[in-house]
Amino acid sequence: MNVLEINTVTKRFGNLVAVRDVSLTVAKGELCAIIGPNGAGKTTFFNLISGYFPPTSGKIMFDGQDITRLSTHERVSRGMARTFQITEIFPELTVFENIRIAAEVAGGYRLRPWISRAEASKIHDNVETTLKLVALEAKADRLVGELAHGDQRAAEIAMALALKPHLLLLDEPTAGMGDQETYQITQLVRRLHRNDQYSIVLIEHDMRVVFNLADRICVLDQGRMLAQGTPQQIAANESVQAAYLGNAA
Amino acid sequence: MTAASSRKLIVLAAIWVVLLLAPYWMAPLGGYTALATRVLVLGLAAMSVNFLLGFTGVLSFGHAAWFGLGAYGAGLTLKYLALSTPLAVIAGMLLGGLCGAILGTLLVRRRGVYFAMVTIAFGQVFYYIAFQWSSLTGGDDGLRGFARQPLDFGLFKLDILSDANIFYYFVLVCFALVVGTMGFILRSPFGRTMIAIRENERRARFLGIPVERHIWIAFTLSCFFMGFAGALYALVNNFADPRGLHYSQSGDFVMMAVMGGMRSFWGPLLGAAVFVVLQDYLSSITVNWMSFVGLLFILVVLFFPRGLLGFFQRSKA
Repeated sequence: MNVLEINTVTKRFGNLVAVRDVSLTVAKGELCAIIGPNGAGKTTFFNLISGYFPPTSGKIMFDGQDITRLSTHERVSRGMARTFQITEIFPELTVFENIRIAAEVAGGYRLRPWISRAEASKIHDNVETTLKLVALEAKADRLVGELAHGDQRAAEIAMALALKPHLLLLDEPTAGMGDQETYQITQLVRRLHRNDQYSIVLIEHDMRVVFNLADRICVLDQGRMLAQGTPQQIAANESVQAAYLGNAA
Repeated sequence: MTAASSRKLIVLAAIWVVLLLAPYWMAPLGGYTALATRVLVLGLAAMSVNFLLGFTGVLSFGHAAWFGLGAYGAGLTLKYLALSTPLAVIAGMLLGGLCGAILGTLLVRRRGVYFAMVTIAFGQVFYYIAFQWSSLTGGDDGLRGFARQPLDFGLFKLDILSDANIFYYFVLVCFALVVGTMGFILRSPFGRTMIAIRENERRARFLGIPVERHIWIAFTLSCFFMGFAGALYALVNNFADPRGLHYSQSGDFVMMAVMGGMRSFWGPLLGAAVFVVLQDYLSSITVNWMSFVGLLFILVVLFFPRGLLGFFQRSKA
């Protein structure tokens, strides 16, 4: 079964066509990487998937249901979680508090003016498990704003995981990281994919990371889908080399 | 229990002891009980503004509207409907809260300066209504001819009208109820979504929080608290006037909140205390008392950007 089916979506901003007739299908448990040169429309495409703005035309299906016109929070409550290119966290709260907010929203408690002990301890367990998953349990009581960049990233991913999503959207998870941090985040994403069977779509610039992780790679260029395929197919694809890899060489 | 949480408990106990004994230590220091009552009521209003400003990150510059509506609601109830103090307080709270709830629906998509500007505009609408509708509100002269009524508990009566101390304790009980509610909400899952919105609206949205709806709820709660404070204010003065709705009054509340420390729960009460005491003391010396309060405000903002209480907390840590 497919988690995500995107059917010829287009997004125009005035005269600019940021995304043109792009289709993409993500199967359950698949890790799909989106690559492309700067300005190719990758983040716009992500914003369309996550509901930051609606597409000009086209259709988006999630878990078999049409979500094209749903708002962001409705998509999240159906099981779609996302992280951002520039880390979006609650800097003045601790790691624990950051993740607890996500866990409480996911548990359906967001409008509750009270919470019982039993419910609170269930939330607590969810937070603890999530902390372990991203290896932040030792830093649970630190303010997120004071952590190193890599740990902030991990905390952001943890918040997404606490939502218990069916689909994880990661926008450049290793952006601005050194080798060591990149390695750690790559290992984390690999664990989530291989061990926990998360369906993941990620945008990434670092080709080592992409070819290391992805089941499938999609190449966007000037708003169009240039090619899709396994890492081997993409590496051998001539138009991709010309438009993207070729430019770098 | 950790050291931090036991220290919090001690501070909390200290605050309540100071408030409970206020009529006894105010007098020797040259104050009087009615001054303490004013601090409580205006402090409650400043805390209501801060419920939104400090904990949801939304600045309303028209909150005096709900305060003034609360005052008129209480005054009009006592004058025309029923000679009952509790009923007057409830009526004032409902009037302020419901008007806020309705106008709040139009506000929640605005952010930052735009939100503040629209709240000023809405506030001024109520100011001019109170100003012009003389037959009901008394217009510029204000609403007179009502007084708070003794509380009748059947077995005994509490004379809150003529005994300043008893009235102080009545206000303190009301204050405790509202402040307790605020604290309870802020410690709940809903309260944590408010803080999430303050910290990072986009993240909050992408965690599945319908941000506009939550801001509306926080705004509406804050309007009810404000209406409650306004109703108490009408009882303090046995009078309600249109200046209580004016945006300069809103400015005073924001000033109290910022001066006291808008990230701390109790900060606005301290801000209100400083403001009210300075006003009381300086206005007997000069009509330009506000310029001194303003000077203090500027100094606080420049040197203690987290407010007076924020400064004390930091220097302790």
